[in-house]
Amino acid sequence: MKNSKKISLDGLMRVFIYVALITLAVSIIVPVAWVFLASIKQNKEFYGSPWSLPEGIHLANFVEAFQEAQMGEYLLNSVLVTAMALLILLLVALPASYALSRFEFRGNRLINSIVKAGLFINVSYIAVPIFLMLLDWDTGLKAMLGNDLLLNNRFMLALIYASTALPFTIYLLSSYFKTLPADFEEAASIDGAGYYRTMFSVMFPMAAPSIVIVILFNFLLFWNEYILALTLMPASNQTLPVGLLNLMAAERSAVNYGPMYAGMVIVMLPTLILYIMVQKRLTQGMTVGGVKG
Amino acid sequence: MSKSKSRQVFIGVCVAPALILLIVFMFMPTFEVFRMSLYSWGGFSNTQQFVGFDNFKLLWNDMTFIRSFQNSIFLIVVVAIVTFAFAVFFAAILTKENVKGGNFFRIIFYIPNILSIVVIAGIFSAVYDPSGGLLNSVLDIFSLENLQQMWLGDQKIVIYSLAAALVWQAIGYYMVMYMSSMAAIPPSFYEAASLEGASKIKQFTSITLPLVWNNIRTTLTFFIISTINLSFLLVKAMTGGGPDGSTEVFLSYMYDQAYGNSTFGYGMAIGVIVFLFSFLLASIVSRITKRDVLEY
Repeated sequence: MKNSKKISLDGLMRVFIYVALITLAVSIIVPVAWVFLASIKQNKEFYGSPWSLPEGIHLANFVEAFQEAQMGEYLLNSVLVTAMALLILLLVALPASYALSRFEFRGNRLINSIVKAGLFINVSYIAVPIFLMLLDWDTGLKAMLGNDLLLNNRFMLALIYASTALPFTIYLLSSYFKTLPADFEEAASIDGAGYYRTMFSVMFPMAAPSIVIVILFNFLLFWNEYILALTLMPASNQTLPVGLLNLMAAERSAVNYGPMYAGMVIVMLPTLILYIMVQKRLTQGMTVGGVKG
Repeated sequence: MSKSKSRQVFIGVCVAPALILLIVFMFMPTFEVFRMSLYSWGGFSNTQQFVGFDNFKLLWNDMTFIRSFQNSIFLIVVVAIVTFAFAVFFAAILTKENVKGGNFFRIIFYIPNILSIVVIAGIFSAVYDPSGGLLNSVLDIFSLENLQQMWLGDQKIVIYSLAAALVWQAIGYYMVMYMSSMAAIPPSFYEAASLEGASKIKQFTSITLPLVWNNIRTTLTFFIISTINLSFLLVKAMTGGGPDGSTEVFLSYMYDQAYGNSTFGYGMAIGVIVFLFSFLLASIVSRITKRDVLEY
């Protein structure tokens, strides 16, 4: 008697567990899938039930988003900025992490605490001062060159993205370099390799797994970022999330929803594809760093 | 000479670029936030005038600021409690219960975290749309029409609507964090407990929760900073602080004052308050959640 009661309680618990899991999964899948379906609907289809399936594959929304809303241009800017920012980040963060974690030198601890303190600086506070700073430098340069150089500049935005990602990235790479045994450096030194050669040909290739994680995380961060992009690119060269904001504002007032959903798909599709390809590495890597910018 | 010299040069070459970028683009702007908060400055070409703490005195009587402060605290507290309850619950289920398709659920739950906050703003605008929106039409299907709302139009409700979006995007991230620390707990603990007749719930409260408590503490501190930031980004992309200031959070008010209104000094004073506030809150939270850490 007692036993059967226990089983039914366990059974009830299992039902409850599955209901909870499925509810959350549905609450995530349905809105995301709905955006994809809405992106191929015709405008008149938005007035019926929101659950109606699209009558056909109406790609004109994407054409409109690319042609009239310049999503193509934004896409190109996002690709360029993200790629440059990742490149700068790796070029700067890898040697710094290596030197800080494997060499004892004066100032090492101070620099390590500066990097750690950087983890607590929130990009949202400093977007405005960075804007003012670039504006200030631009005023000086304008006297010499005659036009804006630092604002609306994709390289500058990439450089600032890379800088703001440095604390997290150096922290993560350093903790990885620390785990490597010293034998490799000694062996390389006996074979006659100098510091640079050891670093590039021995140590960096060994760090490949954590480099992949750094690239994944920062790709998502840079691709999705919008407050710095919005602030530092007031006139041209805007990135995809900023373009999407513009598109959302424009289409809502024009009651023309299709291209807006097409724009959302254009922003999220690359990250979704990447995530599906590497989801295991991403979620495992997350626990290595334990922080997110 | 040459060996130690070349070592120094090598270290310098490696570290200097990172240090320069950090100082120029992270620490100098942070310093500027503090410096500017002591100035009255009307715009790009106007002169800056040192006013001491006047900006802070003005804030004290600024009703919109106080409102934005209340909204921010509300979001931090409510979103934190709800997110952690869900994240711990789902992490415990997916690590300790043998559910079918556990991996599938884990993959799905993490998806909101990889989306741009602008896309999340777009998704939730569609969900909350009063006429053709998903939420109201779900209520329609279940004949719960009397629960239908103007989710983003009603001043009393809109802040909860935003909180739900923040929870939605955060659950998966924290769930994955807790899953790894729960998976590290030796199964023998649970075997021993269930031999002694401890129920699932008892096992959870006396084994799982104490052992992952330290992990929860660390994420809480981090969570405060990220909610402050994400609520700003979401508000900016979704409601613009409206209707009628009811969703203004302090960073969105800071941004509007500094950038939109060109009162940079005033805006930066808000920035300083936010900075100090988040620091204070993080240390209070880490104080009150402090317990003896159990080791295993």
